[in-house]
Amino acid sequence: MTVAPSRSTPTDAPLGTPARGRRSALGVLLKTRELGIVLALALLVGYTAVNHPRFLSGQSIRDILLNTAILAVMASGQAVVVITRNIDLSVGSVLGLSAFTVATVMSDHHGLPMIVALALGLAIGAVCGLLNGVLVRYGRVPALVVTLGTLYAYQGFTYSWAGGRQVNADTLPPHFLNFAGGSILGVPWLVLIALIVVGGVSLVMRNYRVGRELYAMGSSPQAAELAGIRVARNTLGAFLLSGALAGLAGVLFAARFGTVDASAGTGYELNVVAAVVVGGVAVFGGSGSVWGAGLGALLLTVIGSALAVLDINQFWQQAIVGALILLAIGADRIVAVRIARGLRKRDSHV
Amino acid sequence: MAEAPALLEVHDVSKSFGAVAAVQGVSFPLYPGEAHALVGENGAGKSTIVKMLAGVHRPDTGTLRVNGTDVQFHGPADAKAAGIAVIYQEPTLFPDLSVAENIAMGNPPLTRLRQIDRKAMNANAARLFTRLGVQIDPTRPARGLSIADQQLVEIAKALSSEARILIMDEPTAALSGVEVERLFAVARALRDEGAAIMFISHRFEEITALCQRVTIMRDGRHVATEAVAEMTVDDMIRRMVGRDLSALFPKQDVDPGPVVLEVDGLSRDGVFSDISFAVRAGEIVALAGLVGSGRSEVMQAVFGVDRYDSGGVRFHGRRLSAGSPRAAMAAGMALVPEDRRQQGLIMELSVERNVTLPRARQLSRLGLLIGSAERDEAARWTQRLQTKLGRLSDQVGTLSGGNQQKVVLAKWLATTPTLLILDEPTRGIDVGTKAEVHRLMSSLAADGMAIVMVSSELPEVLGMADRIVVLREGRVAAEISRADATEEAVMYAAMGQVHS
Repeated sequence: MTVAPSRSTPTDAPLGTPARGRRSALGVLLKTRELGIVLALALLVGYTAVNHPRFLSGQSIRDILLNTAILAVMASGQAVVVITRNIDLSVGSVLGLSAFTVATVMSDHHGLPMIVALALGLAIGAVCGLLNGVLVRYGRVPALVVTLGTLYAYQGFTYSWAGGRQVNADTLPPHFLNFAGGSILGVPWLVLIALIVVGGVSLVMRNYRVGRELYAMGSSPQAAELAGIRVARNTLGAFLLSGALAGLAGVLFAARFGTVDASAGTGYELNVVAAVVVGGVAVFGGSGSVWGAGLGALLLTVIGSALAVLDINQFWQQAIVGALILLAIGADRIVAVRIARGLRKRDSHV
Repeated sequence: MAEAPALLEVHDVSKSFGAVAAVQGVSFPLYPGEAHALVGENGAGKSTIVKMLAGVHRPDTGTLRVNGTDVQFHGPADAKAAGIAVIYQEPTLFPDLSVAENIAMGNPPLTRLRQIDRKAMNANAARLFTRLGVQIDPTRPARGLSIADQQLVEIAKALSSEARILIMDEPTAALSGVEVERLFAVARALRDEGAAIMFISHRFEEITALCQRVTIMRDGRHVATEAVAEMTVDDMIRRMVGRDLSALFPKQDVDPGPVVLEVDGLSRDGVFSDISFAVRAGEIVALAGLVGSGRSEVMQAVFGVDRYDSGGVRFHGRRLSAGSPRAAMAAGMALVPEDRRQQGLIMELSVERNVTLPRARQLSRLGLLIGSAERDEAARWTQRLQTKLGRLSDQVGTLSGGNQQKVVLAKWLATTPTLLILDEPTRGIDVGTKAEVHRLMSSLAADGMAIVMVSSELPEVLGMADRIVVLREGRVAAEISRADATEEAVMYAAMGQVHS
């Protein structure tokens, strides 16, 4: 077969021979997303610490980790939803509803142990998440629209129930408030919970069948149906998990801040989505990792703290987060375009 | 072969979608160790049969039997469990997952902790690829695999689920000759091991090369199931369309009118150089050449979709500005692209919207699209092209391939062009529709339209074209008139050989 000299002829190449150079570069780019975040973290922490050594003091690190914990818990659930090519915008409202409910219950019944509070928060979140999943799957409405609706619905419910009421720290039982500050072997409970959640969800997504099915669903929804994957069950499961973890985050929020009113969690969903996207989970589903999302949450929190320490205007924090999101999406785009170009080259010969 | 009990029996199966009966009372058996072709025009009901066997659709009446027992599929998982594997025209892999994971999806090897055993999974995939005689790295992502490799992965998937019935829905549509041979070698090996293969294709030479028996369908009904050896291609075509296709390429002789298009010394670095030819009113000029010779690229540059570096295009004697499809369209040019799914149609929009898209401005009043004007226009053109469709408001994506091609044609004919550029006008459509497209081209030329056709099908080029411009490696290798055109003459020019 004679072909113009300037073109390659992959059709004539042996089947399955990958174009090594391009693909390996691509693979590195894809695989090192988490590495990139670690690198950015190291640079940021290093620079800040050199200029303000107190940035690395025990108290400072502790604050950063405590602040990260709540965000990371929610980001884990969100990552799972995004991996299935969906999104859950209602997590902030679920956090608010859970935080207010749990705080109210605990202030009325001082004798209840912490574990009940955690279970209650998880349950409230699970119900909210399940409702999201049902609407997305059986209503055949895009998740963006469904969860935007439930964002307002859950929030409205909390507002109408709470009215102007506020639960204050002094009405909460001490064991509830101490939970946030308490630690085991020097590791704060909050951080431990976040680590367990991120680690556990990562493990399931990476090594268990249901996790791989969730990746498959996000990678190609049609193929997932044809492959006989239980798409309905898995979709409900993903939203349920995201809701339940947002509910858990609500309990942690109430315990950490002690003062809870109906506005708790407002706007949190954007931080969560930002953490997930910056953490390398592709918004079109199918790729990224849960621990990457956890790192994303850490990075966003560190940026906030570092800028405060460096005495840089708060405005810049938002601008930097925005730039990071664009960078992350831009990287996805570049990868996609390069792959498409590679495919087009191939296809033009057949 | 016929003594063994059938692996699969389709028995008196019917299926309707709304008022459209897609399949009516079709029966045929599939025996172990045979490759069985399923042929029919686009829209004959082949895809519906495939989807029923895949568990995507359920038959309204009739039964499917696997190994002699009636089965009811509630979903694709049931069909898989019954040992049926389907390889679709467009592979259904998960691009983000590794090749091995794609193969293992649904039934992955697990460790004692119920985790996925990646080692065993990769080893399994490697073993399957060895058995198929191909080299694909099991750990690489499926994204970026060529269509041919994707299909081999699909076959490996079928093997890993121990499928005994392999259904291949037009697997060769996007493959090159070498790749088709590779695929067939694999299919023959499986067949000889006792699997049953159902093979759907529009290419008769492939059917005769691979299959023992053929089932012919027409308009959702079963026409015949016979041994391939006892049928000629003409027999098959006649039964598929229910009429003779003696006039497959009915180009009428036309006295060419004035020159419409003059391409003069058109060059683009590394793609084509010094291309010159002219097209007159009423003429059909074919651009022939091997894949990669720059045929489509030249016409895209003429139309203004791609840029060119030097040379010029004159249209009705006036110089056409480069790089502006808008100017080309305004001057009366139309280009029907090769890939109708991606470039020609917007699948989610209705038939009428698609047809009137290029003319939306003319059909609107004060900037608003008038529904009735759109509908009238769309109705006129779809009728002239004998497009089979339910309602004009249906999504284009729901039509069969041949009818989609007609909608693309209608869309551009509605702009009443004086020059029509057709890139592979009949690729992937069935013989009946093909003949209709050819008839239409001929009648358009008779009405004075100038037509440039890019085609890889030699019989089509020889039958339709008044003149053939043969390209080779981006240059004009020969210009052959209808009288001198033979298959050999074109092929020799395209391959750079001297005709001895």
